[in-house]
Amino acid sequence: MNETWIIAAALVTPLLAMVGIGVFRNRPNLREGASLIAAAILFGLAVWLVPGVADGDRPELVLFEFLPGISLGFQVEPLGLGFALIGSFLWFITTLYSIGYMRAHNENNQTRFYLFFALALGAVTGAAFAANLVTLYVFYEALTLATIPLVTHSGGEESRRAGRVYVGILLGTSLTMMLIAIAWIWILTGTTDFIAGGVFVEDGALIQGITPGILGALLVLMVLGTGKAGLMPFHKWLPAAMVAPTPVSALLHAVAVVKMGVFTVLKVTIYTFGIETLSSFDLGRALMYLAAFTLIAAGIFALREDNLKRRLAYSTISQLAYIVLGALLVTRLGSIAGGMTIAAHAFAKITLFFCAGALMVTLHKTKVSEMNGVGRIMPITMAAFLVASLSVAGLPFTGGFWGKWYLALGALEADQIVMFWVILAGSLLSLSYLLPVAVRAFFAGPKDAPITLAGEARWPMTVAISTTAVITVLLFFAAEPIFGFLDTIIFKGTITVQ
Amino acid sequence: MISAQLPALQVILPMFAAPIAILLRRGKLAWMLALVVTWIAFAISLVLLFQVLDDGPIQYFFGGWAPPWGIEYRIDALNAFVLVIIGAIGAAVLLFAGPSVEKEIREGHQHLFYALVMLLLAGLFGIAITGDAFNVFVFLEIASLASYALIAMGKDRRALTAAFQYLILGTVGATFFLIGVGLLYAMTGTLNMADMAERIHEIHDSRAVLTAFAFLTVGIALKAAVFPMHYWLPGAYAYAPSVVSALLAGTATKVAVYLLLRFIMIFGADFAYVALPLGATLAVLAAIGILVASSSAILQNDAKRLLAFSSVAHLGYIVLGVGLGNDAGVTGGILHMFNHALAKGAVFLAMGAVMLQIGATHINKLKGLGAVMPWTMAGFTVAGLSLIGVPLTAGFVSKWYIVTAAIDRGWWPLAVVMVVSSILAVFYIWRIIDAVYFSPPGANTENVKEAPVIMLAPLWALAGASVYFGIDSSFPASVAGKAAAIVLAQMP
Repeated sequence: MNETWIIAAALVTPLLAMVGIGVFRNRPNLREGASLIAAAILFGLAVWLVPGVADGDRPELVLFEFLPGISLGFQVEPLGLGFALIGSFLWFITTLYSIGYMRAHNENNQTRFYLFFALALGAVTGAAFAANLVTLYVFYEALTLATIPLVTHSGGEESRRAGRVYVGILLGTSLTMMLIAIAWIWILTGTTDFIAGGVFVEDGALIQGITPGILGALLVLMVLGTGKAGLMPFHKWLPAAMVAPTPVSALLHAVAVVKMGVFTVLKVTIYTFGIETLSSFDLGRALMYLAAFTLIAAGIFALREDNLKRRLAYSTISQLAYIVLGALLVTRLGSIAGGMTIAAHAFAKITLFFCAGALMVTLHKTKVSEMNGVGRIMPITMAAFLVASLSVAGLPFTGGFWGKWYLALGALEADQIVMFWVILAGSLLSLSYLLPVAVRAFFAGPKDAPITLAGEARWPMTVAISTTAVITVLLFFAAEPIFGFLDTIIFKGTITVQ
Repeated sequence: MISAQLPALQVILPMFAAPIAILLRRGKLAWMLALVVTWIAFAISLVLLFQVLDDGPIQYFFGGWAPPWGIEYRIDALNAFVLVIIGAIGAAVLLFAGPSVEKEIREGHQHLFYALVMLLLAGLFGIAITGDAFNVFVFLEIASLASYALIAMGKDRRALTAAFQYLILGTVGATFFLIGVGLLYAMTGTLNMADMAERIHEIHDSRAVLTAFAFLTVGIALKAAVFPMHYWLPGAYAYAPSVVSALLAGTATKVAVYLLLRFIMIFGADFAYVALPLGATLAVLAAIGILVASSSAILQNDAKRLLAFSSVAHLGYIVLGVGLGNDAGVTGGILHMFNHALAKGAVFLAMGAVMLQIGATHINKLKGLGAVMPWTMAGFTVAGLSLIGVPLTAGFVSKWYIVTAAIDRGWWPLAVVMVVSSILAVFYIWRIIDAVYFSPPGANTENVKEAPVIMLAPLWALAGASVYFGIDSSFPASVAGKAAAIVLAQMP
């Protein structure tokens, strides 16, 4: 099969899933079956693309000219393919988990839930494979809109308020800043394509009419305009979105939506601005400090938060700042570390949310202060929680280690000693807001209670939790191929600026 | 050959349908006649557009009298496009009209209502198609008088004051227009617009020409509801019968903007934009209007009134595009006429369906409608996204043109205005969405049923077109591009 067709098939699969979900709306097993099959197909298609892309192929699909000179086009490169792989794989796992969660929780409107879930994944796929800024923007906004019904799922007053914050911040930042930046880039360079090495350099010099000052302004608009990356002060939507059902928080607000944000930041720093261009003009310094501030401040907020899901949300904001920081270090290692952290954090954080959801539906506990002794009732869940906590903090033998390691090296490479210490401090902070949960679960509370498996959540949920936890560990040992995959290709054909 | 007579039929068919509708005396029969005539007119406008695109401008001498003695109809890419907008919106709205008019218009008045609608369409088609400046005034009055009467037929008693306001201001506008045309006639000795354009070049400096320009611009701006002359519009759209709101919102002000463009052509784009600061003036007024109208929209409690203020804001986008005076700007402005007509037509039709089922459009009365009228409200939501300018909807494409045009000219604050107004649009659309989907249903939405298919079909046709032309905008964009090139032909 031609690789172009694989891209087309990947884009269509979530839409077909929506049709299936709609058709089987009255038969829950078939309905969820449609989601599972679509997720499996999507993942399979993404895997199919891996060998070619690793060899340096860039399969393309151009649909049609969307605006004059700008096509709705797709091109597969490693960063995006990685994003699609993670998204589709975790869609499968999350659907499995949702089957247990949504039914145990007796949620209403489950068909609508699965429909918009599939739509959101379609947006993720489109963005992951986007060949130019406008295509990326289209799917970026599509993801925001597709997730609104999911955030406001319960329909209560609180979820309405959350919906307003969510829409306000995400649309507000992207419409006012990102769109302007894209239009400006289009006018300055005549292209919005993603090109290795960036679009601002020609024959080793900035193209006519562009000054470092303009580049800096564009970078600020682009990075702050990506509200999904959660940089302060545009982070409030994420804790607000925690009113959504847990599977939504898990897949969308630990993986798809937030990763869309950092993916966009990485993508534009690498393919629109160009690492070399940015580093040779020393741009992005102020944004880097903002990321560092977000990293630490969000960690401190997480410490003070008693609601487990909100604590995890602040933890996510902090971890996203790591990735943005990695991108803004504008070094090879920084970017690779950003890419690796996307993968590691996705698996670790989804595990944490899965655990939080399991605790909620089986024990009805949502607060950290209520966690005493739950490890004895739900040992598998809490063991997974512990593993994932360690990965978020970046300790060895978990996937999170390598991201932090290369980020620290990258900071040293860029002579950013302050950033080096920020990265370490962030790790310590994450240990101190996540470990107490596991510690309370296993060591606090009634000491003599027997440890049994009977109190675990329904089996689909436990299977999902175990799978992601195991992968979190496996990622530690799979670091080399991932590193290679990101390395050879991100930096192929970059241009050096005098 | 009948195909050679199409330009005349475009106007004459609806015009003759009006007296026939009166003679029919039955609402239902009049509706069917109007429906058939409008669809034929829509088909004619499409044929004309394709003829123009293939073979260039069409000249038609009315009654065989060559200009300047007779009246010439002259169709180029610009007015062919406007004809299609009128035809498309007319076709969709008339299909919708049947059940809506039966409910909202008094039994004995229904055939008169359709007669007026036919006159309105004849007037609008006429303004767009004719190549004679005085003829424009005649059609302008036909369309205006018809619309005053149509607005006054609204059930709400405030419709009367709204119609009266519109009547006063509309008449002032038309009078200004007539004074302008009179001055031009005195100076050039012709009423044929093509001849005018040729002769006016030599007498650019004369004070009479400047005065004519001023009268024409202000008169047309009144008709187009350019800020701060938009005062008549919200009331008129809010209290008119649903069908009339949808029809006017999609067509009437667009035709006025078309006139503005046509007179920019007659005077020469170099004269309007370079010698005179028309571009900057329009752009600044439009920008203020966009912000004021969008903010006012957020504060409205009646959905139709809210959408009417949104119309003022969107006219601001169109005028802003025109004011920018560069290729992308004027293209974007013309394209937005089309895109906004689709989206605003659709949301007003949705409100018409709501009016039919619950008899009110106050936002508080819309609570919980998403569950009982899912198709209507989904259509509203899709068109609402286009009003906001979300990617993959038509609204995004035209906004993109206008924003890039503003940046290209270096008029940064205007680009910022455009995006800020998008945010404001999110707020005002969200107010309705919030009531419809997220509020507990009120007592008045019990036992409410979905609107009939004959109303949903045109609603979804327009909403669907908003999405289709947002994904693949190449056709309307290329036509708008050609039209813009005609307008800006004189630019140095």
